[in-house]
Amino acid sequence: MSDITKQSLSELVENIKGKKLSSSEVTKAFVERSEKSKELNAYITEDYANALNKAKKFDEKPNLDLKLPGIPMAVKDLFCTKDLRTTAGSKILNNFVPTYESTVTQNIWNEGAILMGKLNCDEFAMGSSNETSFFGNVQNPIDKNLVPGGSSGGSSSAVAAQLTPITIGTDTGGSIRQPASFTGTVGLKPTYGSCSRYGIVAFASSLDQAGPMAQNVKDCALLQEVISTYDEKDSTSIDFKRNEYSKKLTKDIKGKKIGIPKEYRVDGMPKEIEDLWKKGIEYAKDCGAEIIDISLPHTNYALPTYYIVAPAEASSNLARYDGVKYGFRAEGENLIDMYEKTRSEGFGAEVQRRIMIGTYVLSSGYYDAYYLKAQKVRKLIKNDFDEAYKKVDVILTPSTPSSAFKIGEKTNDPVSMYLNDIFTVPVNLAGLPGISIPAGHDAKGYPLGLQIIGKAFDEQNILNIAYAMEEKINFKNNITDWWIK
Amino acid sequence: MSIDLKTIKHISKLSRISVDEKKAEKLAGDLNSIFDFIEKLNELKTDNVEPLTSVAETTLKLRSDEVKSKNLRDQVIKNSPKENEDYFVVPKVIE
Repeated sequence: MSDITKQSLSELVENIKGKKLSSSEVTKAFVERSEKSKELNAYITEDYANALNKAKKFDEKPNLDLKLPGIPMAVKDLFCTKDLRTTAGSKILNNFVPTYESTVTQNIWNEGAILMGKLNCDEFAMGSSNETSFFGNVQNPIDKNLVPGGSSGGSSSAVAAQLTPITIGTDTGGSIRQPASFTGTVGLKPTYGSCSRYGIVAFASSLDQAGPMAQNVKDCALLQEVISTYDEKDSTSIDFKRNEYSKKLTKDIKGKKIGIPKEYRVDGMPKEIEDLWKKGIEYAKDCGAEIIDISLPHTNYALPTYYIVAPAEASSNLARYDGVKYGFRAEGENLIDMYEKTRSEGFGAEVQRRIMIGTYVLSSGYYDAYYLKAQKVRKLIKNDFDEAYKKVDVILTPSTPSSAFKIGEKTNDPVSMYLNDIFTVPVNLAGLPGISIPAGHDAKGYPLGLQIIGKAFDEQNILNIAYAMEEKINFKNNITDWWIK
Repeated sequence: MSIDLKTIKHISKLSRISVDEKKAEKLAGDLNSIFDFIEKLNELKTDNVEPLTSVAETTLKLRSDEVKSKNLRDQVIKNSPKENEDYFVVPKVIE
């Protein structure tokens, strides 16, 4: 089979279970394609030899009852993987080799999947274009010198370019859904508390969630049921009844109430985004859903709130990088000098900027004016959603205010970069699940995504609606393999 | 509002990140444009709003107080930039 890498996860699982393909054949195909695709810079660390060995071992004694039998997979380099370097895209963790495994990745290996390597991302997941990574830009397979989105940019690039059949990312303000939208792939940010944060390099702990990124909704549902488990090692993990999402997946969404929030018609939104949204509404109606206008009045305050809460939590989380216990150390004249030089040389510009913002808003005399204020507005934003969900089952919005932009286009203006996350950030602030599905192309032929936001713990409903709409939209990603010589 | 160089130096000290003059000026510019954007929150009256500290509406689970991971010393020290036997080594603190 020459077109192994073109198969979806579900097809690969079926073919391995039906003994039409071995894990070694599949792993070899994805490793070979990854090796030919170095120009995308999607990987930070490759682990191909081990992957091929593990595939061989799997084939010697295959357990075909598993959900991901012998499936090779690369993951975002924010998940700690035992004995394999984990950098978070930062110089400060350049030589860090975890002695333990994150719960989410452990769940994946328990179902038979095989680690191929670690994927590039913005430094500590702080960015929307993968340009803050210490390991360089990632290319979007859609077009040369186009960003793949961020922070899970290596993940979105690798899935779109078929270097891995599926992957996982993390999403603090849009870091799964925005790159999925930029690359014509599907990305799910689960409800806060659904996937364990244990072993994920922390950015903003009240917002961070891991989630699946895939070529289609069904694959996404399958991976979500594997990674979402209650975990006592994460004190904010929530013990709720989880579904076998892929088995319960249905296109029957007749009578589902879909809310359209008027505040998401932001100033200066390109007409093609507005048109895409209208098209999405028509598709939803075609599927038998009922469309209801709703209001989320505090939408415009979500980004300013996020840019207080996330940096505040980041400044506290990143205090651990001191050059003493692990990671990079710069020598100094004394202890304080060593700390200051280590952090100044070890962190990149965006991370330093956010640590400084966070330190400032938490500092004596400013805490009430900024941090407490933001927590109060966060409550108002959550109340908006609670109120809306009295009338509707899910909410439909664009995923991003534009398609992917060129590398370097927004690096000098942090605020314009932050505006990328205008439609995704409110979902994190309210702790809700959201999925981005590819829904069309702009004039340049770049993909555009639609976002479906659900009630807390209602991943099944947004997956179902995404599944039904996916069939109507019938999106085709236009990948020319331009990077393969 | 305006964040001046003195404030930048103060934050840099609190953050344990050294900044030189050039970097301080760049940071002041960036932070001022970010805080201009954040000031939007002042349009809202929030006197009677309860702050949201966690979206997970659960209380912390209790567990029995017992040791679950033992003998981790080697693992804990494995990634340190500089160690001596069982200790992390740092620049001299006491003269």
